[in-house]
Amino acid sequence: MSFQAVVFYVLSLILIVAAFRVVTAKNPVHAALYLVLAFFTASGHWLLLQAEFLAIALVLVYVGAVMVLFLFVVMMLDINIEKLREGFWQNFPLAGTVALVMVAEMVLILSSPEANLAGFKAGAAVAADASNVRELGRQLYTVYLLPFEAAAVVLLVAMVAAIGITMRKRADSKYINPAEQVRVRRNDRVRVVQVQAVKPEADTASDTNEQQA
Amino acid sequence: MLSLTHFLVLAGILFAISVLGIFLNRKNLIILLMAIELMLLAVNYNFIAFSHYLSDTAGQIFVFFILTVAAAESAIGLAILVVLFRKLDSINVEDLGSLKG
Repeated sequence: MSFQAVVFYVLSLILIVAAFRVVTAKNPVHAALYLVLAFFTASGHWLLLQAEFLAIALVLVYVGAVMVLFLFVVMMLDINIEKLREGFWQNFPLAGTVALVMVAEMVLILSSPEANLAGFKAGAAVAADASNVRELGRQLYTVYLLPFEAAAVVLLVAMVAAIGITMRKRADSKYINPAEQVRVRRNDRVRVVQVQAVKPEADTASDTNEQQA
Repeated sequence: MLSLTHFLVLAGILFAISVLGIFLNRKNLIILLMAIELMLLAVNYNFIAFSHYLSDTAGQIFVFFILTVAAAESAIGLAILVVLFRKLDSINVEDLGSLKG
């Protein structure tokens, strides 16, 4: 067994166990962490397949951004896990059967001689100085320029939507409207009152005492 | 020697596990979102495996776009989840029966 095969089988084992733990973990935080492990392992597999840029992008984008978002939300929400886990294993016989049938079908189809997958030989070994990133970038900015721009718009729309959905006006927060602050005039704040000077009554005893002091 | 079949079968197993997860966690919206992420990962495996064995990088470009859309999807999904939790104090799918504006 070649070195690559050993790496493949070890990573596959980790990936399958991690994926299974994602869907069966009691605590959603554990599920999210197992999902991180699954993505890491997948990125190792993608390195085996010489997709270096995507392997790094998977770690950066998924583990770095999406999974942190997941963890953030999971930790922010105060969920009653017990109630959500009621009858968790109740559907397992049906679900396990469906999953097994799916896997069996895939294996049968993929391993049949009709599919002729053995005809796909591994791609020619790339030169040591060949850059996967350069090749992807060249295609992305020439052939796939329009989809690339569309993807950028999708991300922008998603960002605006996510902010728009979660933004709320709190009734109990005290804030000042800056527009009103700017619009304020001197007359709104200061009122000059003409006060008639009043002569103090000099003959009272207390007043004279104070004046002497 | 590793063949294309290895990777495709692995992707199939991964996909089946996420289907299993959707069956099991039919009440917990967060785990449902995670299972969907796993499904997308399985699909990406297929693209990358074919891209490698056909020596054509078009598959990797597709995976790039899938990653973009999946990130957008999970961001909006989680935003909806947060709003839902604020309104209902629950993320149980069974509590989501009412869709009144």
